[in-house]
Amino acid sequence: MKNQSVANNIDWISILIYTALVILGWLNIYSSSLSSMEDTYQKQLIFIVLAIPLIIVILAVDGKFYEKYASIIFIISILSLIGLFFFGKTIAGQRCWYAIGSFTLQPSEFAKTATSLAIAKYLSDTQINLKDVVRQWQALAIISLPVLLILPQPDPGSALIYSIFIIVLYREGLPAWYVWTGFVTILLFVLTLIFEPQYVILIGLLILIFVHFKSRLADRNIILSTILFALISGFVLSVDYLFDNVLKQHHRDRFNILLGKTVDMKGIGYNTNQSEIAIGSGGWVGKGFLEGTQTKGGFVPEQHTDYIFTTVGEEWGFAGSVAVIALFAGLFLRIIYLAERQKTKFSRVYGYCVAGILFTHFFVNIAMVVGIFPTIGVPLPFFSYGGSGLWGFTILLFIFIKMDANKVNEW
Amino acid sequence: MRKALLPSLIILATILLVIRIFYLQVVDETLKLKSENNAIKKKFEYPERGYMYDRNGKLLVANQASYDIMVIPRELKKTDTLEFCQLLNITKEDFIKKIEKAKVYSPRLPSVFMSQLNKSEFAAFQEKIRKYEGFYFQKRSLRDYEVAFGANIFGFITQVNEKLVAKNPYYNSGDLIGRQGVEESYEDLLKGIKGIKYIQKDKYNREIGSYKDGKYDTIAVQGEDINLTIDAELQKYGEELMINKRGGIVAIEPSTGEILALVTAPSYDPGILVGRQRSKNYTALYHDSIAKPLYDRGLLAEYPPGSPFKILTGLVALQEGVIDENSTVFCNHGFSYARGRFMRCHCRGGALQLHRGIYESCNSYFATAYMKTINKYAKPAQAVDVWANHMTSFGLGQFMGYDLPTGKKGKIPTSKTYKRIYPNGGWRSTTIVSNAIGQGEVLMTPIQLANMMAIVANEGFYFTPHIIKKIEGHQIDKKFTTKHTTTIDKKYYKPMISGLFDVYNMGTASALKVEGIDICGKTGTAENFAKIGGKRVQLKDHSIFVAFAPKDNPKIAIAVMVENGGFGSTIAGPIASLMIEKYLRQKITRLDLEKRILTTSLQAQYAKLGGLSEAVKLQLRISDSILKKKTQIPINKAKIDSTPIVKKVI
Repeated sequence: MKNQSVANNIDWISILIYTALVILGWLNIYSSSLSSMEDTYQKQLIFIVLAIPLIIVILAVDGKFYEKYASIIFIISILSLIGLFFFGKTIAGQRCWYAIGSFTLQPSEFAKTATSLAIAKYLSDTQINLKDVVRQWQALAIISLPVLLILPQPDPGSALIYSIFIIVLYREGLPAWYVWTGFVTILLFVLTLIFEPQYVILIGLLILIFVHFKSRLADRNIILSTILFALISGFVLSVDYLFDNVLKQHHRDRFNILLGKTVDMKGIGYNTNQSEIAIGSGGWVGKGFLEGTQTKGGFVPEQHTDYIFTTVGEEWGFAGSVAVIALFAGLFLRIIYLAERQKTKFSRVYGYCVAGILFTHFFVNIAMVVGIFPTIGVPLPFFSYGGSGLWGFTILLFIFIKMDANKVNEW
Repeated sequence: MRKALLPSLIILATILLVIRIFYLQVVDETLKLKSENNAIKKKFEYPERGYMYDRNGKLLVANQASYDIMVIPRELKKTDTLEFCQLLNITKEDFIKKIEKAKVYSPRLPSVFMSQLNKSEFAAFQEKIRKYEGFYFQKRSLRDYEVAFGANIFGFITQVNEKLVAKNPYYNSGDLIGRQGVEESYEDLLKGIKGIKYIQKDKYNREIGSYKDGKYDTIAVQGEDINLTIDAELQKYGEELMINKRGGIVAIEPSTGEILALVTAPSYDPGILVGRQRSKNYTALYHDSIAKPLYDRGLLAEYPPGSPFKILTGLVALQEGVIDENSTVFCNHGFSYARGRFMRCHCRGGALQLHRGIYESCNSYFATAYMKTINKYAKPAQAVDVWANHMTSFGLGQFMGYDLPTGKKGKIPTSKTYKRIYPNGGWRSTTIVSNAIGQGEVLMTPIQLANMMAIVANEGFYFTPHIIKKIEGHQIDKKFTTKHTTTIDKKYYKPMISGLFDVYNMGTASALKVEGIDICGKTGTAENFAKIGGKRVQLKDHSIFVAFAPKDNPKIAIAVMVENGGFGSTIAGPIASLMIEKYLRQKITRLDLEKRILTTSLQAQYAKLGGLSEAVKLQLRISDSILKKKTQIPINKAKIDSTPIVKKVI
């Protein structure tokens, strides 16, 4: 009886989009694997088929299970990340896989789900108020723990994803200045790289003066403004210093390509250049399925994993690219809509986390592929080749779908 | 408010991505062109290379049509290979090897299958080329040489190497580029700019017209024509005179620095480096390490200048005030400058002043002048640097900055040089006195010698020697019209010139006078040695002669250097005077002298150094064709274990 109620209440729209994305992803992996003579598309098919029992299990488990065992799941996940330092397998310089026979598993793909559950669990406690500074730090500590374990692998891409939790916390009452600080930090960072630091400081000063005199007399606080100015100046100068003296050349190169400062198209700029060419050659409607010459020619490196979207761009053109982007955006908005509809704070926060994580992956990945974000290895959810990724995202999404379907039973 | 942040971010980000993708896929057309897409093919239209004329407008180098057969390995279909090979007159093994090589370069991109076919070689193939998919042809223009001389000046054109293709985006694999000579130094002007046509193809690889109505096409721009400063007649005559000899001739117009002739011997007919035989002939020239036909002796060979260097020794001594015109030195057929050290002298001896010192080329006189110069200063190191500074103002010991791609600095020693040779010190004027007579540590190239004479002719200034006379629509480089002045006052050149004039009247070249032309010149002889079979053997001296003429209002300054030619007045002197007569009069009156020089062969001398290589034989055959008569080629298979060494003996 229970299964039937799940079937009745389940959000078929999300499942439909999920299915569409997985199938489209597989078609594009199939196309890109033709040039490499590898059996990636066969392996991906196995991963997809194996995802079906996984989904059934997730939907069959009692809806309360995830809330009840959130902490334990989180702890197991953290232990699995720590274990990498001892038993991990190094692939392409990154120590972030467990090898089980010929299969490899990437625990960081599952850590996102675990962290989401942990944050949801923590915030669902009625005692918790994010106006409280101690609570703020505790919540941030939960997020920072996996980040600190993932960064040294090194896997900056996976770590970057966790920044979206700030937005989730903001939704649940974290003061706005956290978000603003994050936003201004990123803005200053980019501006400093583009312009000379003294100009950025000058602009900052002008804005502060403007804000100071525009605000009401009572709100004017010359000391706070001065401190802010000092902070901005310090940050800008240290970015300049860090960029030139601390970052390694290949990191600098990634930013420089983006800012149009380096044009070494055979070296570091090769990936971005080739992926832009592949997408750019697609035109309005693309060259057609299996007709992409750049895809066939194998010009784009890592095309079946992080650069899978280039195949979409080349073979399906602007129309296909927009369709895929619309599917993703639709899924994220649907999840947020569902999250806001939740009866419990736990499932609402979790839903938010799901939407946020998927969105961050989506944006960072496609922005990198189209050349407006530095080269950072982040997979495109449901699309990119890889078992850990596919299963990780599937689990992340379907736990929420289960929670959503279960809300009726909670009365 | 808080609920709206994430959805707003999602919507904003989505819009941003869509705009970017719209820009890449719809707005930015260049990406489509960049994509090495089969649908759009680039076709290059090669411009004609600029022509070369001599100073009087005589055409030297033009162009002829030639065809390269190109292949794209991936587009190859099974065809009648046998017929294909017959048409191109190659073997099946060649065919397979060439295809393999192309595949290694790139299966997708075109590479050259066979290059530089002439019209008749290509005609038969042209009719059937459509039958062979994956092959197409590329029309190019190749050099057509109107003259059989001047190879070292022109240089040649050759396929660009893959390193440059990777570095310079203008060049594609198989493109031609100038190498050596004027072809290299004026490559940018001569090459023109190739045009690009974008051709749209359908999926069956058929060309269906121009892409976007030729919106992105560019038209080829022809290369610029240039006039060289060379006088074709003089150059040809110089090469004829140097047949069967090794060495170089450089002639410069003193008032402009224009190079009138730049002869190196042995040389070759530039025409042999064009067409299908090119690579065979080039290999032969390249591997001839003995006669070195690709080695421009006029620019690259560094010799001890010998007696002509006395001109500079005298000028510096005058400028430094250690001698004047009337200073007298007593020569006892030699110069004893230290205990047991004696420099022999061939002059008539007795008491001499500067004037006789020059025309009799007295070693004692200039050794004394040089020692006085050095001893003027408290420390020899300081003195040598003062002297080296004078030398530098004559363009010695440095690249002169002329517009040909090869060169040597020559050598002018400084105090640093001697600190290296004598780390414990103890050297003084007597140690280095052989510099006075152009031996010791001094080395000069023939072009430096010629320029030195141009300076004397000009009484103290020169323009950097150059080979470019005129470029249609361009100015020539300003550095060739900038006057360089030496550190020697103008007044000191007068006595020097009068001495050089009497070299012809009463001195070492008195037998070489040309009726009606006042020539100022100086003979030189440099002793040299080679190790043959492990033994140091003295070879016949290098024959050197420098001159300018006429004495008043000079038109030509010349340096002639003949390896193992004997005394300066036996070969180099006559060649110089014949060249001067040819240039100033356009005809030769002393036919006996001309005949003697033309028929003089030093090959027997050179045979001592080693057997004649294939390239020399080739060169001799070509030289013969210039002269239209047969010459016996002596062949000697004696072995040597080292290249000749040239050294001073005092």
